[in-house]
Amino acid sequence: MSPAIELIGISKHFGPVQANRDVSLTVQAGTIHGIIGENGAGKSTLMSILYGFYQADAGEIRVQGQPLKIHSAHDAIESGIGMVHQHFMLVDTFTVLENVVLGVESGFQLDRSLEEARQELLRLEREYRLEVDADALIQKLPVGLQQRVEILKALYRGADILILDEPTGVLTPQEADDLFRILSELRSQGKTVILITHKLREIMAITDHVSVMRQGEMVAHRPTSETNQEELAELMVGRKVLLRVDKAPATPGEPVLVVENLRVWDDSGVERVKDVSFEVRAGEIIGVAGVSGNGQTELLEVLTGIRPLQQGQLRLNGTAITPEAHADGARMRELGLAHVPEDRQRMGLVTAFEAAENIILGYHRDPKYNGRIEMDRTRIVEESSAEMTAYDVRPPNPLLRSSLFSGGNQQKLVVAREMARDPSLLVVGQPTRGVDIGAIEFIHRRIIAMRDAGKGVLLVSVELDEILSLSDRILVMFNGQLMGEIPEAEADERAIGLLMAGVQQEAA
Amino acid sequence: MSERTANILVVTLITFTNLLIAFAISGIFVWSVGEDPLFALETLLYGAFGYDEGIGYTLYYTTNFIFTGLAFAVGFHCRLFNIGAEGQAYIGGLGVGLVCLWLGDWPTILVFPLAVLAAVIFGGIWGAIPGYLQAKRGSHVVITTIMFNFIASVLMVYLLVNVLIKPGQMSPESREFESGAFLPAMHEILAPLGFEITPTPLNFTFFWALICAFLVWRFVWHTRWGYELRTVGANETAAVYGGISVTRNIILAMAICGGLAGFVGINELMGFNHRIILNFQLGYGFTGIAVSLIGRNHPLGILLASLLFGILYQGGAELDLEMQTIDRNMIVLIQGLVILFAGALENLFRPQIEAFVKRLGSGGQASVAEAA
Repeated sequence: MSPAIELIGISKHFGPVQANRDVSLTVQAGTIHGIIGENGAGKSTLMSILYGFYQADAGEIRVQGQPLKIHSAHDAIESGIGMVHQHFMLVDTFTVLENVVLGVESGFQLDRSLEEARQELLRLEREYRLEVDADALIQKLPVGLQQRVEILKALYRGADILILDEPTGVLTPQEADDLFRILSELRSQGKTVILITHKLREIMAITDHVSVMRQGEMVAHRPTSETNQEELAELMVGRKVLLRVDKAPATPGEPVLVVENLRVWDDSGVERVKDVSFEVRAGEIIGVAGVSGNGQTELLEVLTGIRPLQQGQLRLNGTAITPEAHADGARMRELGLAHVPEDRQRMGLVTAFEAAENIILGYHRDPKYNGRIEMDRTRIVEESSAEMTAYDVRPPNPLLRSSLFSGGNQQKLVVAREMARDPSLLVVGQPTRGVDIGAIEFIHRRIIAMRDAGKGVLLVSVELDEILSLSDRILVMFNGQLMGEIPEAEADERAIGLLMAGVQQEAA
Repeated sequence: MSERTANILVVTLITFTNLLIAFAISGIFVWSVGEDPLFALETLLYGAFGYDEGIGYTLYYTTNFIFTGLAFAVGFHCRLFNIGAEGQAYIGGLGVGLVCLWLGDWPTILVFPLAVLAAVIFGGIWGAIPGYLQAKRGSHVVITTIMFNFIASVLMVYLLVNVLIKPGQMSPESREFESGAFLPAMHEILAPLGFEITPTPLNFTFFWALICAFLVWRFVWHTRWGYELRTVGANETAAVYGGISVTRNIILAMAICGGLAGFVGINELMGFNHRIILNFQLGYGFTGIAVSLIGRNHPLGILLASLLFGILYQGGAELDLEMQTIDRNMIVLIQGLVILFAGALENLFRPQIEAFVKRLGSGGQASVAEAA
């Protein structure tokens, strides 16, 4: 039998950037094939070429042994390739059935095609054990089920080869396990799955073969059974990487931040944080785990002064902040808070500004940057240059526009700004989202160094690995509530996973 | 070639290409009514530059465009589309006029700063109200500034017809200011220095406009207030994160816009008309949008674009006078084409020009490498 997919010598460049250089890949039919690599390694470009979003500059694509020219997603679907995107392409206000049919209605009359589709959908659901209520509205479904709908959509269009792009980013560990069960089911029915991810654990758990990409090139192919996480990490980064963070036990001091009975309503009046209380002491890292969208964002926004305090009380370094005495972002900084926000592109940086202008964001009123009327530009540029060197931002050019830095370097820019001001409390949201392994290692070490220097750290992350390896105490958020606190020593993935899914701790 | 130089080169080439096309098409229209396009161009340039009176008028119009162009640019850097320079200039002019009517017998050196202050306060308030409505109530500034143009217009008609009109006179104008409220005209300034030029409306305000352009440049790019304003404009979420008040900056930006527009009143009323008249601001506010966009919202670009529109205004008037078949409408057409190509279609040739500059850049590097 010929391989499901063969890519031979694929090259693609965008302007001066060579996104793929002479990449070859063979995916055997009926297997799960993992592709890993850091951000910017060229995984997504390669899959976009296979799915017809881009045309390769050079190279050949063969599907089931047949050479093919794929000019659009339509061609790809025709040849039996389906894709589940990282961000779902679903119409929220349509039902599952309507979403599945969208774009492939069989005739002018929708009623009839819906009826035909329903039968086919039920058949697929049975065959692959992918149960979803066909009449449920997408917006009412949890993320895990929305993803199933995406898979069903691809299968409904006759996909034999399924590409999944970072599918577990939005799932709880249990939901991820469920997805893996579905993928094995698909494999046992003869489908081929290509799994794109940066999580080594997933590769080891589910794939048959793995291909590693680095800087646009395919650097290794391995049968999964003959490799391990350490080897893969090294291949991805090109040097030895410490996967586990070394840290000494915490020596907590006085509380830096005390949160009492905090409640937060979002702009449409939905209660997103429900009566939350906790404290962060000097010299410890508190990790807040939870699936994205369970109130962590709102919690962060209130703690850092971005969203006004509505109910409850904060105490930062002994200063009380109440709904009556609101503190904005500038005031919180004066009180000793630094904030690495969840979304650096949207919140942490003004991407249109040069790096130096971003390194003073939030600190621009500091007298040391200001003359009587004009700002001291020479000093700003000099300090930025020094900080960029100290935090290994590449290239260390303070005059370069921020949008031209890579994701990891943009994040280091934000980290440099927030850590260099010697705060007493560091609030960090998703510090390594979209950041490559090398930078992750660097940022993790810096966070621990902050703790060891006696700062309080509040870490919010949807990456469970990150929470587990950095935190001294772990809080789990579900549906706006704190489900429980777990000391580092007792933390394991299963216990946290259950709390993340809303299962209460048994009264012990 | 650094990124910065390349960018400046691209922008410059784009602007000139667009202007060239606008003029080429204008030429076709001129030719189609049976006139010689080259002669028309010559007449236009002669009208604007050929003799000192023409230059005087050109720069007089330029002065107004600088103010309204800046009034648009400051808002633009805060991501506000200020369509209201027209009304802001009108009301700012009212402030100037009132000061001049009341204090006209004071020395000019005292009246001028007070008139500047009045223009800033009146125009500033006229800009700040839509700013407030945008920041606090979410009413879009494009809509409210347009409405405020109408309000300003009827308010001025009412005041001039019923309140400020000189008793016993038919036309809706105030009485003439006293001489303390006359700004020195350019021919008066130059005469003691030994330059005899033909009297034109060009007056001291021209220098004030240049000073304003310089101040706007320093303010927007070199002060922390300008920094906050640009941050709000470029990324509101990041501004809030940085503890920068979005509300305050929107209102501030609109007030500055209004103040700058108000200076049109200084040029028109103190500099030339010497009384409050109807519609002295007509059209300058709207053209200011095009001036600013063509000038890339940068004070230096605005100075050049203002000069261009000054030329079109004055040279167009000459063309109207000199050539039988070309009337006022043809001039408006030419101005419209300039706005269309340099403003609305500004990125039409960007890909080609960027590719050209890149080739130029890499070619330069290659030859350096060869030399080495």
